[in-house]
Order: sequence, then C-alpha cells, then structure tokens
Amino acid sequence: MKQGIFSIAENVPITESVYKMRLVGDVSAITTPGQFINIKLDGLFLRRPISVCDVGEDSVTILYKVVGEGTEQMCRMKEGSLDVLTGLGNGYDTAASGENPLLIGGGVGVPPLYLLAKKLIAEGKNVTVILGFNTKDEIFYQKEFEALGAKVYVTTVDGSFGIQGFVTDAMKDLSYSYFYTCGPEPMLKAIFRASTTSGQFSFEERMGCGFGACMGCSCKTVTGYKRICKEGPVLRKEEILWEK
Amino acid sequence: MGKMNVNLCGIELDNPVIPASGTFGFGYEFAELYDINILGTFSFKGTTKDPRFGNPTPRIAECTAGMINAVGLQNPGVDKVIGEELPKLAKCFHKKVMANVSGFSVDDYVYTCAKLDACDQVGWIEVNVSCPNVHGGGMSFGTSPEAAAEVTREVKMVTTKPIIIKLSPNVTDIVSIASACENAGADGISLINTLLGMRIDLKKRKPVIANTMGGFSGSAIFPVAVRMVYQVAGAVSVPVVGMGGVSDAEDVIEMMLAGATAVQVGAANLVNPYACRDIIHSLPVAMEKYGIKSLNEIIGGVR
Repeated sequence: MKQGIFSIAENVPITESVYKMRLVGDVSAITTPGQFINIKLDGLFLRRPISVCDVGEDSVTILYKVVGEGTEQMCRMKEGSLDVLTGLGNGYDTAASGENPLLIGGGVGVPPLYLLAKKLIAEGKNVTVILGFNTKDEIFYQKEFEALGAKVYVTTVDGSFGIQGFVTDAMKDLSYSYFYTCGPEPMLKAIFRASTTSGQFSFEERMGCGFGACMGCSCKTVTGYKRICKEGPVLRKEEILWEK
Repeated sequence: MGKMNVNLCGIELDNPVIPASGTFGFGYEFAELYDINILGTFSFKGTTKDPRFGNPTPRIAECTAGMINAVGLQNPGVDKVIGEELPKLAKCFHKKVMANVSGFSVDDYVYTCAKLDACDQVGWIEVNVSCPNVHGGGMSFGTSPEAAAEVTREVKMVTTKPIIIKLSPNVTDIVSIASACENAGADGISLINTLLGMRIDLKKRKPVIANTMGGFSGSAIFPVAVRMVYQVAGAVSVPVVGMGGVSDAEDVIEMMLAGATAVQVGAANLVNPYACRDIIHSLPVAMEKYGIKSLNEIIGGVR
C-alpha cells in the first residue's frame, strides 16, 4: 500500500451513469489485476474504494458508477488532485488460468477484468469475455476488450443487444479452462452454480479503512475469516461460503 | 524542542499518542507503513476469551465528520492473540503494548486479563466495559457503577499490571461510574468509547448497519469526549486516557488540557493510516505555537 497525491488527467462519462477517471501519480504499489484504490474526498469521512481498471507507467484508470454522495462528487471533478491509497487488496492470480480462461463481468463489475484480460493475453492465453448488462445503453468497454484481442460476448437482460438473458446464459455454451468474475452478488452466486471449472470471484463490501485495520468488511470462508479489503476482494471458488 | 514524555500508571511514554483499540489491529499492518516504535504505545484489537467472528456485514456506515461501526469484537481469542499475534508484534514493536480486553461475564474478563497479565510485552490492560456492539456483555458492564466496579475488583485480584477501565459515553452520569472503578482499584480510566448511533438507507428504508445500531466515532464526537474527559479527570485521582474524535496535534493538546495524561487516536487511523505518525511529528510545532515546554505540565491545565 502507498499513499499518494494524484492529479486528475481525465474524467468523462462513458454511459449515462458510468464515468472513466484517469489519475496520474505513483502507481508502483499496484501490482496485480483485481486490486483497488481508496480515494479521500472533501467533506466525506471515509475513503471510497474503487477497483482498478487499467494501470500505465504513471497513471491508473478507474471506471465508476454514480451511486451516492462520493461518486456524485467525483463525477463533477474536472481537474485538481486527490489523496489516494493505492495497491490495496489481493487481486486475481493468473497462474491458475489454463490456456482458455473465461472472464465474466456484470455491470460495474466489468472494470477490474480489463487489466486482468490485458495480463492474461500478454501471457499468451486465449481469453474469452462475457459482459453482462441490463440494457443496451449501459454497455461499456466491449470494444476495449476486443481491441486487446479477447473474444467478447455481451448479454443484456432485456435483449436490446447481444445475447438475451444473464451472463450464465452465455456461459453454458462455452468451454473454458478456468474463470474469473466480478459483479453483483446474485450474479456471482449464479456463476458459482453454473460454472464447470474452478475460478476466482471478486467481492464488494462496505469498508472502513480498506487496508485491513478495522475488520469492517470481514466474511466467513471455508478457510477461516477473511477481510474483503486485505485477503480479498478476490476469493477462490473452493473457499467461498454463501451464508450471510 | 519541548518535552513530550508522560508517565502513564508508572510506565514512561515517549509521547502521549496511542492508537485506539480496533483501529490499529495488532500493529503489524501499520508497521509496513512506518516505524510504529515512534508511538507512545498502542492499544491492540479488543480480545475476548474465545474467538469471535463478530457481527454480519455491513458493519460500517458513513456519517458527517465520522463513521459508525458495528464490528462486534471480531478477534482470534486470547490464546491465539498470545500464541500468534504477540510474537508477530514483537518483531516490529519493542515497547510495552496496551492489551484491550472484552468479555460477556465477569469470569470472561478475569480469565482473559489473567492470561494477558502474564505476557511481558503487555504494559497495561485496558478493560473495555463499553462495547456497544455486542449483546449480553460489553457495554452492559459499563453502564452501572456496581457492575463496572465488580469487573474492576475481580480483574485486579488476578493481575499485577496497571488496569485501565475503558468507559462508555452512553450513560447519564459517567463520573459516578469512573469513581466506582477508581474505588474498586482501577489504576486508570480511559474514555470515551463510541456513541451509540444509527443511519438509515433512504432507498431501501432499512438501517445501513446490519446490526441496526453501531458505535459513532470520528471528529464529530470530539467535543463530547473533551467534556467527559474534563468531568472524569476532575473527579478521580488516577490517570485518565482521553479519546474520541482526536485527529491532530491540537486535539491532543486540548484533551490533555481537559485532564488526559495520554491520548488515544481512533477513527483517524482508518482514514489516514499515517495519522498517528503525522500527529507525533506535528506535536512539537503545536507545542511551540501554544508556548508549551512540557506536555506533562499541561495535564488538566484548563482548571
């Protein structure tokens, strides 16, 4: 983990409610796909944890949906700087992927899969991606994943684009060596049941600190208690317990 | 440079800054960020007789100038704390640590305190009779003078280290509880634990916190904490450890003027992991600004 001051290089809407922000600063603490950053905002007490979508030599890109006070404030920012903690969380492990990994993202669960796809493709893997949205207007990053060289399937619940239905409807006809996913919990549960291989899931939880100090985001797993912010947000299929 | 050292129940601290229990884990997460030996000491994660997972999530809610938590004393239990956490801590922290203990019965407190009393690394035992997030224990011992005194008396009988009783602000008359603890043999009083609070999600029309209510902390509660520290310090002769919303060097000085011998920093650590380091670094400047030559001399200075 590192604390740093980042300057806002870009902050633009990519759908009606999802924004893309690029922050320039020291990104050396960001080491694996699936990690997150924690942003301090004026007038708000707790930092806002947001998953890393992409990272370059001196900048990090996040995609965030405007859902509350924090993201509301963020989407109005045009320039300036932000106090950010980087390199948080235990990300996706690409060593287990096999040759044909499947990446499944739902809504704002899509962003962390972008850096993961980039890494897997760089490692010579045959990457297939399923992006699930409610409707056509909410779709983002289809072309960006395609540009990386991934095979992309899009599903919409209302059938306004791509395959009609849920990500699991696209999943059932595909063969894959392993899977990685991030998205709303009902989707993660459905994938847990529908998947035919092992895989890794990224979870979301309300956090206090985001770096393992407060025990605010703990969950029970087969291998004991884990902090979503520290041992997570990525958990392996074999260790997940769904009780809540 | 002014003198920052203070004496807490017979043990000298290089400075009065102490990360509060529950906001600093067992220290080593923070030791990756800075040398935690610069701290006066720190109070480790509330420890109970048996391991506890704590409450369901969400456990955290945002508030204006603060936060609510309902973690519910998640900890690995006293045996693992002694067997695993303290040896890990020994590698990065060479001062005496403050052990924080919670329980669900007087026997629980006695059992856990006796075990921690035998640990060389432990300097003080902070007995938490004020956790608002567990039922049938915690705060119920800290809301009546008799119950708080009973825990104090029983714990004192099995320990040799200084016993500091951590009090709840969720009471009508905190002075009577502090005095009862002092009369029962407490070596110090620490206060305040969190204020019982609640937030509601307007879209869902449900409490934000799964446990409905939780402990409110952060800079918003600082004036309440200063007032209670002032009241208690005026009524007892044992040292008082002040906490509640402390976030900078000025707050530390204010707490000490109110009567605190040492000062704990809680929620601020969760927002800025370097909060305590920053406070310690800026204390000499703040002391200079207010003409303070020794922090020790300003304790209770408002009276």
